[in-house]
Amino acid sequence: MKPSYYQSSDLKKFKNISDWSPDLGKKFFDYYNSVFEEGALSAREKSLIALAVAHTVQCPYCIDAYTQDGLERGVDKEEMMEALHVAGAIRGGASLVHGVQMMDVYEKRSM
Amino acid sequence: MATKSLKGRVHQLAESTRQLDFLKNGIFAPGGLLPTFEEKIKQSQSLPLRPKTLEILQMNLGYMCNQVCAHCHVDAGPDRKEMMSRKTLEKCLQILEKSPVSTLDLTGGAPEMHPDFRWFVAEASKIGVADFIVRSNLTILRANKKYYDLPDFFKAHRIHVVSSLPFYKKEKTDRQRGEGVFSQSVKALQMLNKVGYGMPGSGLQLDLVYNPSGAFLPANQQALENDFKKALKQDFDIDFNQLFTITNLPISRFLEYLIASENYEEYMQRLVDAFNPEAIANVMCTNTLSISWDGFLYDCDFNQMLDLKVVSPVQHLDDFDLDQLQNREICISQHCYGCTAGAGSSCQGAVV
Repeated sequence: MKPSYYQSSDLKKFKNISDWSPDLGKKFFDYYNSVFEEGALSAREKSLIALAVAHTVQCPYCIDAYTQDGLERGVDKEEMMEALHVAGAIRGGASLVHGVQMMDVYEKRSM
Repeated sequence: MATKSLKGRVHQLAESTRQLDFLKNGIFAPGGLLPTFEEKIKQSQSLPLRPKTLEILQMNLGYMCNQVCAHCHVDAGPDRKEMMSRKTLEKCLQILEKSPVSTLDLTGGAPEMHPDFRWFVAEASKIGVADFIVRSNLTILRANKKYYDLPDFFKAHRIHVVSSLPFYKKEKTDRQRGEGVFSQSVKALQMLNKVGYGMPGSGLQLDLVYNPSGAFLPANQQALENDFKKALKQDFDIDFNQLFTITNLPISRFLEYLIASENYEEYMQRLVDAFNPEAIANVMCTNTLSISWDGFLYDCDFNQMLDLKVVSPVQHLDDFDLDQLQNREICISQHCYGCTAGAGSSCQGAVV
């Protein structure tokens, strides 16, 4: 067994997921590559969104990949950190907005 | 950040043989993790690599520079005293008159610091090459009053100015090139714009060179050019013509950085993974000759710094014979992966 569930070298093996399901693997990677092409949003903007989402889903492979991708695209550290705060705000907000439910239950059960 | 060259620090990597040993062994040793560059291009039927028509003569006037950049492949700095002699400069003029090159490319160090720089530019411009490039680090234009008139001098001789600017913001630029370099570079670019460089319709070409400020590859050249143009115009009212992206090659001070930061193996893996067979067809060593301060001939400026002279009976300007030189095989090692990764890299930017 590997010493850790996550190995940085596994990122390079991502494409191997197609080995056991070539058709679905191909469809996924075709879709993936299309998503990141220049479009209404620039590839640079998409890279920043990916970085923020990577932190939200806490995927170490994605964090590694999109930090390096951002560096290559000329994204600086202030932009990266602002993107993370967007993720953090939504994630924190998602907890806090449930506070309304807590407040409703509290009020309903209280005299 | 170091304030002296590797040579000034008596660092082991100041010796080209130590660098070459490093590039040949470890992950590239026989049976090692990665294929050598020779093995790689053999697979794409590009071996041996031979020159095409000579188009560019690149002269390195010397290794003295007013900056000590962290990534410098020349190991240039104020402590480097190597400088092309007047006799060698005259020899270059004679060769230029007879040869069919369309581009003369002056580099260094900071070529403007050479005491015969202005004399040489004036003489070479009389010969009339189609594209006469001076590679300027920008800050030299602000380093001393005696350089303040260089933009007018460049203009008078219709020089094509190619300037280094690794980023359009202060932090990344200063981390790579030294504290205060960004603000001085901005002022120098404004001086060049003022005399017409980079301005639409002026015919005065001002190109910028981007190289990554760390252990990663450059992004798409056009996308980065768009970002640079937008930011420099908006923040500093600066115009320029083209942006060239150049990949950092693992030699000299960039090699020192890669080893010290424990990025060497991953960076080399990245270069090898990004090998592009299309780039090999257009690498600059196939249409360039590099001349060192002491008159020796090399396939490129990087080979010059590794002291990999042309593999030819003709190795020095004193014996210059273009026909013989054109029959040579280009000298390669693992640093060449830098020129074939992704969209490729050359002194004129991406090649694919």
